[in-house]
Amino acid sequence: MLSLIVFLPLAAAAVLAAVPASAGKRVFTGSWVVVSAVDLALVVAAWIGYAPGMGLAYEQRLPWIPSAGVSYHVGVDGLSLPLVAVTAVLFLACAVHSLRQTHRVKSFALLFLFLQTVSLGLFTALDLILFFVYFDLSIVGMYFVIARWGHGNARRSALTFFLYTFLGSLALLLGFIGLSLAAEPHTFDIVELARADPLAGSGARGALVLLAIGVGLAVKTPTVPFHTWLPPAHTDAPAAGSAILAGVLLKMGTYGFVRIAMPLLPAVWRQYAAVVVVLGVVSVLYGALVALAQEDFKRMVAYTSVNHMGYIVLAVGAAGLAAGSDEQARSLAVTGAVTQMISHGLLTGALFLLAGVLHDRAASYDMGSYSGLATTAPAFAGVTGLVVFASLGLPGFSGFIAEFQIFTGSLVSATIATALALLGILITAGLLLRALHRVFLGALRVPGSPGAAHDFTDLKPSETVSIMPLLALAIVIGVLPRFLLDVIEPSAATLIGVVSS
Amino acid sequence: MSPAALTPELTLTAGAVLGILLGSWLPRHRQWVVRLLAALACLVGLTATAAAIGGAPQLVFGGSYAVDTATNAGRVIVLAATLLTICLSIDTVGSHPRETEFYVLMLLAALGTIMLVGATDLLLLMAAYLLASIPLYALAGFAKDALGTEASLKYYLMGALLGVIMLTGITALYGAGRSTGYATLAQTLPSGPPAAVAVGLVAVLAGLLFKIGGVPAHFWVPDITEGASTPVAAFVTTVPKIGGLIATYRLVAEALPAAGVNWPLLVAMLATASMTLGNLAAFFQDTVRRLLAYSTISQVGYLLLAVTVATRSEIALPALLFYLAAYAVTNLGAFAVVAALPHAPNLADYRGLARRHPGLAAALVVCLLGLVGTPPTAVFLGKLEIFSAAIDGGYTWLAVVAVVNTVASLFYYLRWIAPALVAAPETDSEKVLAPAGRWPVLGAYTAAAASLALGVAGGVVLPLVSGPSLL
Repeated sequence: MLSLIVFLPLAAAAVLAAVPASAGKRVFTGSWVVVSAVDLALVVAAWIGYAPGMGLAYEQRLPWIPSAGVSYHVGVDGLSLPLVAVTAVLFLACAVHSLRQTHRVKSFALLFLFLQTVSLGLFTALDLILFFVYFDLSIVGMYFVIARWGHGNARRSALTFFLYTFLGSLALLLGFIGLSLAAEPHTFDIVELARADPLAGSGARGALVLLAIGVGLAVKTPTVPFHTWLPPAHTDAPAAGSAILAGVLLKMGTYGFVRIAMPLLPAVWRQYAAVVVVLGVVSVLYGALVALAQEDFKRMVAYTSVNHMGYIVLAVGAAGLAAGSDEQARSLAVTGAVTQMISHGLLTGALFLLAGVLHDRAASYDMGSYSGLATTAPAFAGVTGLVVFASLGLPGFSGFIAEFQIFTGSLVSATIATALALLGILITAGLLLRALHRVFLGALRVPGSPGAAHDFTDLKPSETVSIMPLLALAIVIGVLPRFLLDVIEPSAATLIGVVSS
Repeated sequence: MSPAALTPELTLTAGAVLGILLGSWLPRHRQWVVRLLAALACLVGLTATAAAIGGAPQLVFGGSYAVDTATNAGRVIVLAATLLTICLSIDTVGSHPRETEFYVLMLLAALGTIMLVGATDLLLLMAAYLLASIPLYALAGFAKDALGTEASLKYYLMGALLGVIMLTGITALYGAGRSTGYATLAQTLPSGPPAAVAVGLVAVLAGLLFKIGGVPAHFWVPDITEGASTPVAAFVTTVPKIGGLIATYRLVAEALPAAGVNWPLLVAMLATASMTLGNLAAFFQDTVRRLLAYSTISQVGYLLLAVTVATRSEIALPALLFYLAAYAVTNLGAFAVVAALPHAPNLADYRGLARRHPGLAAALVVCLLGLVGTPPTAVFLGKLEIFSAAIDGGYTWLAVVAVVNTVASLFYYLRWIAPALVAAPETDSEKVLAPAGRWPVLGAYTAAAASLALGVAGGVVLPLVSGPSLL
């Protein structure tokens, strides 16, 4: 079942690759949307079949490279199933959004189908090498998306992105090797490693392994000070690329913390949790402050991602602090972290697709050169407004649920840090509202035609159909969060049980 | 001893002798028969090796030649790489006046390389060194043009100098250990005079470093890669490494395991120097061949990681053998793309490749990202194994150096990939990107597919290189 979900897009890509590009773009965009929709339907079926609290489900394990301790091991639990779902949703949204794509449609569709397999594969992988393979391939896929379809200084941004995240991935690989060599017999299987806890009480060695894994994940997340690749990559990527990069690829880093760093190195994680908390708080504040200074809309959203990812890092760090022995609070923090991954995926994905609308109409993200768009594009203004409110954590939206849980859960064990991080919410609220104000209110002004008011068309059907469901989901989670939390909570409690013991 | 144990070596010898005899009688346009014969010799050798895999390891030739897992793996890699190089050279040397000589020299060089792999005696090692080197000096200057002749001369002078140094080293080791056989040396060297052992080791390593193109014996690599014809460059930067590295491994693991010299540290320094200098020099190369030349120098550094921990980690040998196989197909694949596009010597000439020849562009991307070690290509698995071996053997710092170098190498490989992806001005790329013929293209596809297959099916291949060994 899981393998079908993971490899369906790749199989479709292989079939489409055989179709000549002259068949017309409708063939490719059409089948891309259909495949993503079918894949999402399969994920929904898997969700319905998953009983909360059942632990790992849909497991499958085949020997791959037995002599090196590597196997093809997949499965989902409450931590990964929501991410699988949000991945499927976002890729479908990007497929719909790209219906009007005209530039090299065939390879664009193939590349995104490939990326979809890679992303779904990562969230279902239960083997470190399998995880790493997907982790690396996501970098390769995104490099091509930015380099070929990006704008501005795309090649340079793509190169920075590749070099930076690849360095992170190799640090991750070193950490994985260290973990596997510590286990007897050597294995890369996540479940077995969690059971064996090979680096318990190993002192410096465990710290080095956690450092390698931590750096690898922090680069991908990204956490200050490893975030510098993110703004250029986001700014120069095409809209769908940014949405996937922010919505899915960044989650690979944070997901790694809850799937690998915490359960496989529980004792070391507890020991260094304070460092993680500090990094989280710095990311929160620094991301918010730098976002405040941006003139470029996309760049601003990119920095708010650093801020939002900071909350997650704070939460997973607080969950490891031994000071607060309150297991329930720490479990709440982890639940909040996973919810935040989902919420950020949906909302930032939507924001980047909306930013794509700006670029599509007037080829600029410069907020200073826009004004009063609400008069000619009310739907665009309305949707953007809602997404922005959701993103700054207003009650009734998914962001509120996530942040509320994170702060409540972290407050007990990391009081000062949490109090500082709360300031981040204030700053993001301010900067997002200011952006709304500048772009949508006042007299109409659109860059590209000095003097006369440029025509700015409202949302087109493909844009509405791709963005609205993301917003709708964020509202559903905000109003009726139980269906999501019921799935996450038991797994979060299990994780905390592992980290505490 | 039974001659059957040496079937692959004997087949290559027979192929070379028959080839030269046949070539003397054949008219120029029928020399393809010799090419066929050479390919056939490789195929028979591969079949014989396949039959021998899994057999009990044994020493032949009075204990001077080992037939074990490492030798069999070396044979397979060398023969397959030779076969692939023959495929690359068909369009270059087809109906050339000296086509026969080309293939005969190649067979002899392959034979010498295989001898290097199996040698467990210093004198046989020296003989193999000469047999693996001299045909290549001739091949390097095969085209008789200015660049090729200069490259060939430089290659020859370096080879002769380092060969003499190697011979001196063998003399020193013989003097210190009273034998040239590895098995005896392992017992006598620890009690021999440390200075003589150290000098002898360094001098023997010098010759082997020349074979593998490692720093500081690497100066010939860029000249050959640029000066010789593409198939020769592909062969010279790939095949001798297989022999040289396994020979180095055998030397340190079998003859020096307990000697008082700190050879792991020495090899670790050489590895660091090779990968770092190779990478730094590759950064701003504008011609694809020089870029590949420095890339092969840096790859030697990664391969030497396994030699460093030869006696400290059980997975070092399988890691080395697997990485060698992965490197061979991937590097040959990159050279195959170069051979397929003879009118595009510079990185900038590759503009528009993805548009014009999507298949070749895909093969290029697979091979270059393969050289970086991106999964799921074969080199990724090789790197995984070799890093594991290094960490397992207590050389974590070396693994970290290798990782940093890997990231640095990404920069110049991407400098080549990036122009291939962008659209080119329609007019001039027509001529620049005209493929040479179908054989190099076929070679590129085969190598790229093999690189992927070896990575995905590593579970099947790894047990084959982890079998019983005399090491």
